[in-house]
Amino acid sequence: MNTETNKQGRYSEVYQLNFGPQHPSTHGVLHMLVEMDGETCIGVDTKIGYLHRGMEKLLESRTYLQGLPYTDRLDYLAGVNNNLPYVLAVEKLLGVEVPARASLLRMLTCEIMRLASYMVGVGIYIMDLGAVSGVFYPFQEREYALDCMSALCGARMTQSYIRYGGVQADINEEFDVAYQKLVAETPRFIEMYHKLVDENEIFLRRTKGIGVISAEDAMDYALTGPNLRASGVDYDLRRDAPYCLYDRFKIEVPVLTAGDCYARYVQRMLEVEKIFQLIKEIYAALKEEPAGEIMAKIPKVLKPAAGEAYAQTENPKGIMGCLVASEGKLNPLRVHFRRPSFDNIAIFEKIMPGHKVADLVSIIASFDIVLGEIDG
Amino acid sequence: MALKTNILFPRRVGMPEGDPANTHDLLTPEELESRGILFTSLDKLFRWGTGWSLWPLQFGLACCAIEMICTTQTRFDMSRFGFEVFRNSPRQADVMLVAGTITEKMRPSVELLYHQMPEPKWVIAIGSCAISGGPFVDSYAVVAGADKVVPVDVYIPGCPPRPEAIIDGMLQLKAKLRHPERQKVVRDVK
Repeated sequence: MNTETNKQGRYSEVYQLNFGPQHPSTHGVLHMLVEMDGETCIGVDTKIGYLHRGMEKLLESRTYLQGLPYTDRLDYLAGVNNNLPYVLAVEKLLGVEVPARASLLRMLTCEIMRLASYMVGVGIYIMDLGAVSGVFYPFQEREYALDCMSALCGARMTQSYIRYGGVQADINEEFDVAYQKLVAETPRFIEMYHKLVDENEIFLRRTKGIGVISAEDAMDYALTGPNLRASGVDYDLRRDAPYCLYDRFKIEVPVLTAGDCYARYVQRMLEVEKIFQLIKEIYAALKEEPAGEIMAKIPKVLKPAAGEAYAQTENPKGIMGCLVASEGKLNPLRVHFRRPSFDNIAIFEKIMPGHKVADLVSIIASFDIVLGEIDG
Repeated sequence: MALKTNILFPRRVGMPEGDPANTHDLLTPEELESRGILFTSLDKLFRWGTGWSLWPLQFGLACCAIEMICTTQTRFDMSRFGFEVFRNSPRQADVMLVAGTITEKMRPSVELLYHQMPEPKWVIAIGSCAISGGPFVDSYAVVAGADKVVPVDVYIPGCPPRPEAIIDGMLQLKAKLRHPERQKVVRDVK
C-alpha cells in the first residue's frame, strides 16, 4: 500500500466518482457524487429527484378520493402504511369517528405490510453484499404476506385498502387461509434466516463497525424508525403517541446501541419477531370483536371543513407525517408529506467519509431506503 | 459411433429411369424430422435461440421494479423461460425493462442506457407509467410514456402488473422474436 502523502496530505489526486443513478445497489435511482482519495471516500453529495413525480402538487388538483391511491406510490413497499397518515389527517378535518373493527383491520394490514417491507429491506441488504441466496427466503416470506393482502382486497402491492372513515373490505375465508399460512411459515423463516446470515464471516466483516451513528447524531439528523432505534434511542410512535387502537396492545420495541450496519440488520430481524407477535394479537382481537360496521357514515362527496390537520404514523422506514390544508373545497389546498427515507439519507454525508466504496454500498443498503418516498 | 447406413439416402438401390433430378430416394421433411434432422435458415435458428436466452438489463425505476424482482424470485421464477440473467451493465443486456415512471430528470439516463445496449435490442414497458405516464400523466416532471424516449416492443398493463403478467409480457416478446411477420398478438383462446 502506498503510504506516502502529497502536499495536501492526500494519497492521490482527489477525484469524483458517480454512484448511480443506474446502479444495482442504489435501490432505484439514487445518485451520489462521491469525492475519492484513492479508494477512500472523503465527501458525499447526494443527488435526488430522479423519481420526482410532483406527488404533492398533483394531490392539489385531485379530489380527496382520487388522491388516495397516489399515497400508495410513495413508499411502494408498504402501500397501506402510506394511506394511513393521509386518511387520518383528512378524518381529523372531517371529524369522523372510525369504527373499532375498522381500526383493528387498519392495524392488522399495516403490520402485515410492515413485515413485508422489512423482508425486502433485509433481503436486498444481503443481496447487495453479494449473497444472492440471502434474498430468496425473505421474498418467499413476503409472498405469504402479500397473499393475505391479495385475499383481502385483491391487490398485491398498491392496495389503497384504507379509506376515509374505515376500510374497503372485511376479512374473509380466503384471508384466513392465507393468514394461517403466514403464521405457520414466519417462525420457521426467522429461525432459519438467523442461522443463514447472523454469523457469516463475510457479512460480519462488511457490516460490523461500518457507518456508526451515535444516538446524538441520530437525533440531530432526525433519523426515525429502525435506523434510530439501532442507535440506542427508544422511540416508537405506536407506543409513545398511539394512533388507531395501538394503545390497546402492549408494543415491545427492541433497542440496540451499536448503531452500525450490523445493528441495523439485527434491529430489523428483532422487530420482525415483535411484528409477528403483534399481528397474532391483533388478529385474535379482531376475531373477538363483534362483526359490525367497517365504514363510518361519511358523505359521498367529501368537503372537509376549512383548516389544517397533521397526522403521523410509524411506517416501516420511520415516521411518516402528513399535513393537509383545506379551504372547504373538493380538493385540498395543500398536502405535504414528511417522508422518512428523505430525512434518513441526510446523515449520509456525515457518516460516509472515511469509508471505502464497498462500505458505501453496505451503508446505503442498511438504511433500507425507498426512492419513491425520497423523491415524492 | 459412426452410422453404418446413409440416413439421407437409405433407399439408394440404383438410378431408375425417368427421374433425371434423382430425387426418388430423398426423404420428406417429416421423415427427416423423425430421424432428428431439421432444415432451417440461419436467421430462424438465431431468432429461436435469442427467444430462449434474453438477458434483461437490471434497471428499476419505481414500484414496478419490485414486482419485476418478485418475478425473478422463487415463486414465479422467470428462469423457467430463460430470462433470469439480469445484467448490471447495459453492454451485456439485450432487453430493457422500463419498470416505472420516467421523469424528466431521468430521461437522458434512460436514453443513454438504451444507446449503450448492443444491437439487436428490445424494450418492454412495464406498468401504466411506462405506457402512458399513468396516474402521473399531467405532472410537470413526468415523461408521458417510455415510447417518448425509446422504441417499445411490448406493453404490460397494470399498476403495477402482477408477476404473471410480466412473465406473459416476456413470452409475448419471445413470440414477436420468433414470428416477426406477425403484426398482432395471437393468442390461443380455448
